[in-house]
Parts: sequence; structure tokens; C-alpha cells
Amino acid sequence: MTDAKGFPLNAWYAAAWDHEIGRALTPRRICDKDVVLYRRTDGAVAALEDACWHRLLPLSLGHLKGDQVMCGYHGLVFDASGRCTFMPAQETINPSACVRAFPAVERYRLIWLWMGDPALADPDLVPDFHWNSDAPWVGEGGTFYGLKCNYRLVIDNLMDLTHETYVHAGSIGDDAITRSPFEVTHTDTCVTVERWMENIEPPPFWARNLGKPGHVDRWQIIRFEAPTVVAGDVGVALAGTGARQGDRSQGVNGFFLAAITPETATSCHYFWNFVRSWRTDDEELTKSLNRAHVNDGKGVYDQDHDVLEAQQRAIDRQPRQPFYNLNIDAGALWAHRLIDGMMAKEGRAPSKNDPAKATPSVGIAAE
Amino acid sequence: MAATDWQPARLRATRALTPDIRLFEIEPSEIEQASPGAPAPPGSHLGVAVMIGERPDTRSYSLLDSGADGLYRIAVKRLPDSRGGSAYMHGLEPGARLSISGPRNHFGLTPGRPGYLLVAGGIGITPLHAMALALHRAGAPFHLLYAARTPQDLALADDLRARIGERLRTFTDEEGGRIDLAAAIADLPPGGEAYLCGPLGMMEAGRRAWAEAGRPAQGLRFETFGTGGRHAAEAFTVRIPRLSREIVVPRHQTMLEALEAAGVGMIHDCRRGECGLCTVKILDTDGTVDHRDVFFSDAQKATNAQLCTCVSRVVGGGITIDTADRAG
Ligand code: FES
Ligand code: FES
Ligand SMILES: [Fe+2]
Repeated sequence: MTDAKGFPLNAWYAAAWDHEIGRALTPRRICDKDVVLYRRTDGAVAALEDACWHRLLPLSLGHLKGDQVMCGYHGLVFDASGRCTFMPAQETINPSACVRAFPAVERYRLIWLWMGDPALADPDLVPDFHWNSDAPWVGEGGTFYGLKCNYRLVIDNLMDLTHETYVHAGSIGDDAITRSPFEVTHTDTCVTVERWMENIEPPPFWARNLGKPGHVDRWQIIRFEAPTVVAGDVGVALAGTGARQGDRSQGVNGFFLAAITPETATSCHYFWNFVRSWRTDDEELTKSLNRAHVNDGKGVYDQDHDVLEAQQRAIDRQPRQPFYNLNIDAGALWAHRLIDGMMAKEGRAPSKNDPAKATPSVGIAAE
Repeated sequence: MAATDWQPARLRATRALTPDIRLFEIEPSEIEQASPGAPAPPGSHLGVAVMIGERPDTRSYSLLDSGADGLYRIAVKRLPDSRGGSAYMHGLEPGARLSISGPRNHFGLTPGRPGYLLVAGGIGITPLHAMALALHRAGAPFHLLYAARTPQDLALADDLRARIGERLRTFTDEEGGRIDLAAAIADLPPGGEAYLCGPLGMMEAGRRAWAEAGRPAQGLRFETFGTGGRHAAEAFTVRIPRLSREIVVPRHQTMLEALEAAGVGMIHDCRRGECGLCTVKILDTDGTVDHRDVFFSDAQKATNAQLCTCVSRVVGGGITIDTADRAG
């Protein structure tokens, strides 16, 4: 039994939306590490450990000098690769002075950081999140920074949409979900949960957006890419028009997108978006969909937010080993297995009694 | 280093690499192996508890590779001037119980540079060996220049050549080979970094050549052993008029240790000649100060106004200093 609090380090994690990072020093805790993000003068994003080599003052309290960060305490300066370039009151620089630099990649409108061995940071390994940036998909999302639950609870939430029936009743929830069979398949890196609800009454949200009367075929094809990205292909089409066979022309199709990043063992950052391929020029619709998802505690993701934090609070109070599992948890359990496999590959199968053992450390790969 | 950091280990095997360099394969205890830590990044060193005479002490030795197979490999050169750490290590038999700490890293390798120049002098090969393997594995462009006195002093060269081929170039005094640092630095693409480990003279030459090439100081990384200066170590006398003291620094002790042993209040941190905390003011000297630190610039060393007591020494005479102690 591995410790469900642990997370792989040799992976790309979403750290910020691209528009959030500019010439200000932005602190963020990621995988139990304090990181400071900023944009260099050439536009590239730099990510340094947010703790000065000298006395640990967060570098995010200092300021930028060109591409370098000057600590706000005694003026040590670090370049974007984390090397110290200036020390006060001496003519030389201590050769061991540096802070850790994290490889950063900008892709799919997000900034991704590699928290493990930098030598393994291959940009080709950034999870597929192209729906977030590529046509025909359109949508504006957001982030729950510091959501107070372990990141795996969010994955569990997304890998089984049975909860929609109960958490999101009145919008996307529907009894048909709980009645329909589903299929779970996986590869070495991905888990897919596919569910078709055929010839059903559409739930309110989909009925409104389809804009045509009658029964529909509804689908949810959820793809998890280890360790923490989920993209759910969802939609409805007029019943019997061949959506399941591949013709979605009589329907509407969207993707819910989630990039989840561990913050600590019991909190995470949840980057979400909902993109659609219908009425893509309709900015009012884009705005209203954004509101439908977060709406002062009343949107769909707000509803999940409440459930997830309450769940974490309950876990923290329960001494019993959490969770019995149901048939519907197959997707989540496969996702956990892929995550645990990544951790084991790093030689970090965490011990059950010591979550601290799962704290990050750098390593280099086996030969 | 925190006391809790120490863990038991066993010396699995040793092997002579040269007449005075031995390879040590160290296996952490089985308890630790049950939950192996991440492999060590190149440049990391391992702390080893040693006995100097009757006295316990610690030494740190660079790892030769990532230790991904669960074994730590170090190479130790027996130094005639050593304070006893290397002699102790060379006296160990396979199976010996050890106490180790770390690995830790003060000599980190930046990934993703357009080119790397690694320069090793003598036993300075150890951290660069790990770096060369890591860069080779990553497919990064690099060269390793490795200098020693004689061909047989080139520990690990054959093994390295088998693994990294033409990227290794060796030089020996005996065959009149000399590393052309200026040329090697000129070959490095902009943004490239250089990593040096070896005798102090080599590092000072590297620092000069690097600056002359107009490269940014932070692109040059180096590590010192705090041993091996320009002169062989010998005993010398330190006079402290303000304290009315005269203290002899024996050949196998550092000036910092001798001052502390004599009850002179000193502060220090790195003991590697890097931080500048152990420095004292030089009032007068009738010998030659052998500056072995990297804290002072060349210009500062030339003025002989101060020295780092943790590594630097005096030859051919004694020295008169002032410490921080004031009456009152
Ligand atoms: S804490 Fe940053 S310069 Fe001192
Ligand atoms: S203790 Fe750091 S320079 Fe001597
Ligand atoms: Fe939900």
C-alpha cells in the first residue's frame, strides 16, 4: 500500500496560466517546494526555488534586475539558472552559492514546471492538453489555487462522473448516468473511462445548448494522462444520429479540462477549463459558461470544490484507512496505479507511516 | 551536518586504481535500502566518519556516479600531507563498518547548457567523473580534460574512455602535456559552462582564463579540496601579540584547528576556503603565505593583508596575526 499523499517529481506540472506570469515575482508552492516565477526580458519563463541561498528569505520578496533576481535582504543576486552572481562585501563568489532552478515550458496556455531531476525534463513529455489552446476549441477557465484537498481526490472526482447526478443535479446531473454501463481501458500512461447514455432526456445544461427538442445520445469519454491531467470529451447529439459511431454533426461537443498540481500533501492547484466547439464566436456564451462553472459557490466546479474540501477534512479526522471502493472507482484506481508506478520508478515508493519520506529530492536516472 | 543524518554502511569492496588511489564501494545499511533514496546528482559528495588517531573526524568525498544501483563509489588518494583521513580510508578492509552522511551537493551541474567544459587535475577527477557520465547519458555536448603527473596517475581514465570515448582527453606532466585552458574555453559556445576540480593553481589559472575570455563569472564552477597549495605543508609558528600567544601549527593540522585547540576563539563555516568566516588579519610574516582558499581574489591574496585559516598555511617561517578577540 503506497501513501496516497505522495506525488511523482519527474513530471510536468501546471504552475500558472501564461497570462499570469510577467515581470512581477510570483510565488507559488508546488509539490511541497516554494517556487518563484517570472518572465525574463526575452519572454521566457524562469522558475527558481523561492528561498535565498543565504538566509532563506523568499526571493519573491526581492526584485528583478533584468533577468536576475536580487534578494530583498542582503542583496545576493541570482540568475535565471539559479547561480549567484553577486555577493556583498567580497570580491569573489562562493562557488557553491546557488538556488535550484526548475525547468519551465510554456504550452497549451499554461506554464509547466518539472519538479524532479532536471536532466530528465523533456518538453515532449508535457501532457497532451491541446484542447486548451487549439481550434476549434474555445473557452475561458480559471484556477482554484490552494484547494484544500490532496490532488488525488480531484482525479477521483473527474474519473467517475456518477457524482454529477448528486453534486450537479439541475445542470449536468442525470439519473441516466448512474444507470449506464461504462468501460475502463488503459495504456502505460493513460486511463480512459467511456460511458454512453443512449436515447435519454438531456439534462438541462445540454438541452439548452443543443437547442433542439427530443431525446439524445450522451457521451462522457474521460482521458487521464499520468500523473495529473484529465480531459473529458462530453456532449450530446440527437438520439440515433450516429454519434457513437463517429458522426457528431447533430450534436454539441465540449471538453472539460483539468490540470491538477499538488501544492502540499493536503492541498492542490486545480486549473480548469471547459472548451466547446459550438457557437465559438459567441463571447457572451464563453463568459456565461465560465460563470456556470464558478459562480460564487454556485457553479459546477464550486460544487466540486465544496465536496473535495469537505472530503479532505473528513479524511484528516478519520483514523481508519480511507475509502472503500466501488465498481465506479475503476478509472480512479487505474489512475492511482499509474501515479504510483511513476513514483516507484523514481525509487520513491513512499512509506505508509511517513508522509515526509515523500518530500521532493533531486536525483538522476539510473544508467 | 546534523547528527541524525548519519547512517550505517558497509565497505563492500576496494580496488587500487593507481599506486596511491583506491576505489571504495560503499553499501548503505539494509534498513536504508528498503526505502532507497533518489540517486545522487552529479557533483554530490558523501560524508564519511573517520578516525584520526584516537579522534573521530569527518571527510567528504565526491561520488563517482549516481549510485543508482544502491552503491556509493568514491576514490580516495593517499596524501603524504594528509591529516590522516586518507591514511585511515586506505587502511580499511572490505566488510568494514562505516558511518556515512549525505549525499549532499555543493557542486551542482546546470542542465540544458549549449556546451560544457570539464577540467580535472589529479584526484579532482572524482566529481567530474560523475558529471561526465551524466552529461554523456543526457547526450549533452561536453569535453573532459584530465591532467595528472604521470600516465599511471590517471585513475579511471581507461574506464572513462571506454564509456565516453573521444570526449575524454588526458594530459600528463611526464609527457609534457598541458591543458590549454584558453583554447578550451574559446571552443565553448556562448552560454556554456566550465567545471573545474583539482589543485588550487589549476583553478586560479581557470578563473583567470575565464575572466580573460570575457565570460560571466557564474558560468565557471569549481571545487577545491582545501589541501594541496603551492607549497608542501610544514609546521609553522603563529604569534598573536594582542593575546600574548605563540602557537605552533603542526604539519597535519590546519591553522584554524591549531588556534581553536589553543583556546583562541574562532568562527568558521565551510572549512573549504569559501566562506571567509575564518579569516584573520596578517600583521607580519617572515615566511611565505600559501593562500589555499577561493574566498580572496588574486589581488587580495597578493596584498597579504588577511588569510583563511581553515586552509591556508605559511612556509619557510612564521606569521604574526590579529584575531577578533578584544579585551573587555
Ligand atoms: S537572505 Fe538573501 S541575501 Fe541574505
Ligand atoms: S571556514 Fe570558510 S573560509 Fe575558512
Ligand atoms: Fe463535478
